[in-house]
Amino acid sequence: MPKITFIEHDGTVHTVEAELGATVMETALKNDVSSIVAECGGGCTCATCMVYVDDAWSAIVGPPSSDEEYQLDSAFEVKPTSRLACQIKVTEALDGLIVHTPAYQGR
Amino acid sequence: MSDTIKTDVLIIGAGPVGLFAVFELGLLDIKTHLVDILDKVGGQCAELYPEKPIYDIPGIPLITGHGLSEALMEQIKPFHPTFHLGEMVTTIENIGDPLFRVTTDAGKTFECKSVVIAAGGGSFQPKRPPIAGIEPYEDKSVFYAVRKMENFRGKDVIVVGGGDSALDWTLNLQPIAKRLTLVHRRDDFRGAPDSVNKMRALVAAGSMDLRIGQVSELEGSDGQLTAASIKDKDGAVTRVACDAMLPFFGLTMKLGPVADWGIEMHDELVKVDVSTFETNRPGIFAIGDINTYPGKLKLILSGFHEGALMAQRVHHYVHPEKRLVFQYTTSSTSLQKKLGVA
Repeated sequence: MPKITFIEHDGTVHTVEAELGATVMETALKNDVSSIVAECGGGCTCATCMVYVDDAWSAIVGPPSSDEEYQLDSAFEVKPTSRLACQIKVTEALDGLIVHTPAYQGR
Repeated sequence: MSDTIKTDVLIIGAGPVGLFAVFELGLLDIKTHLVDILDKVGGQCAELYPEKPIYDIPGIPLITGHGLSEALMEQIKPFHPTFHLGEMVTTIENIGDPLFRVTTDAGKTFECKSVVIAAGGGSFQPKRPPIAGIEPYEDKSVFYAVRKMENFRGKDVIVVGGGDSALDWTLNLQPIAKRLTLVHRRDDFRGAPDSVNKMRALVAAGSMDLRIGQVSELEGSDGQLTAASIKDKDGAVTRVACDAMLPFFGLTMKLGPVADWGIEMHDELVKVDVSTFETNRPGIFAIGDINTYPGKLKLILSGFHEGALMAQRVHHYVHPEKRLVFQYTTSSTSLQKKLGVA
């Protein structure tokens, strides 16, 4: 199974196994990464699962869809590498992915 | 003070579970009023996933959040519930055995025999931007809603956001503000195209300013803003003088006043008796996502079931003189009459 590393704002590192086909958001919740809120449960409607994709991975993960980009408008401290974790599906190509989580998801 | 509204049951929350509770209570001749903080019915179905398909409503293989809300509104029509939208219940006071006086933040007062809390994840409240030192300005010169437009006449106003709320208030306040600046993180707006066009025309005519970036710092004293710094994506900072700022970043769920009602809670959820869904305060019930009990699942279908059982117990309080006979809508003429089909 691919491994994903979440680096939280306070420096806490979680390296976890991710199920293929699950989303990065689901992977975070399953592994108690507390800075991922996911209020809407993966509907791309709340922007409380924002992550900063590590620079080395940004091109591989790719940019947000236009729907997701709209939703990022209601997130804070948005950066060029910002993505919503619920919109990133785990694939073999993402084995080793590193994402950083923000200090605040709006709640 | 406004007149007290008398009803059998006040339901807090007009999401799917609150709506279906109207049906179950209605079948037992119990009249309902509903209060919801959103300006529309449907709760999370309307606010978080109106267009997303739901696959686990029994007997309905696929329906959207909006579709489910619409269908429930149709189903409860025979019972004529009254809705009080855009309001939040603030206090619940016992004035009888049981009889409650319930007040809202809009100044309404209800008197009812039971209260049903169907508040889901709590109340939807505006997201607060994480700008250092914003707290002292909130409700003094930083506002998450516009109560009186006149308060902004002749002022330098910054509106932040890219959705309909930000655009609507930009267009409404631009004519009366001294100078209006709209701040958005990118030069693309998700609001209604007509509003976007109007805003762009005002910018082109020099009647307002549009700045692309994120607010990074506030200046002022004693709660009164004097300026805000806006950082663009390359890190360059522009300082904009302002008297007021209106951030519109959408809504998030907060538990809200439920915690102040003297109800036993566990982990921000209301503890209930699983046979009646009554809380530790007799006459106050909790159904749907807001409650907790051993084995609880936060499913819409669980909330529907909880509403049916709750109604049986509420009947004791509302019609204590009447014996409750269990009936089916398929065969009971009396129930069919209430539904307007017999």
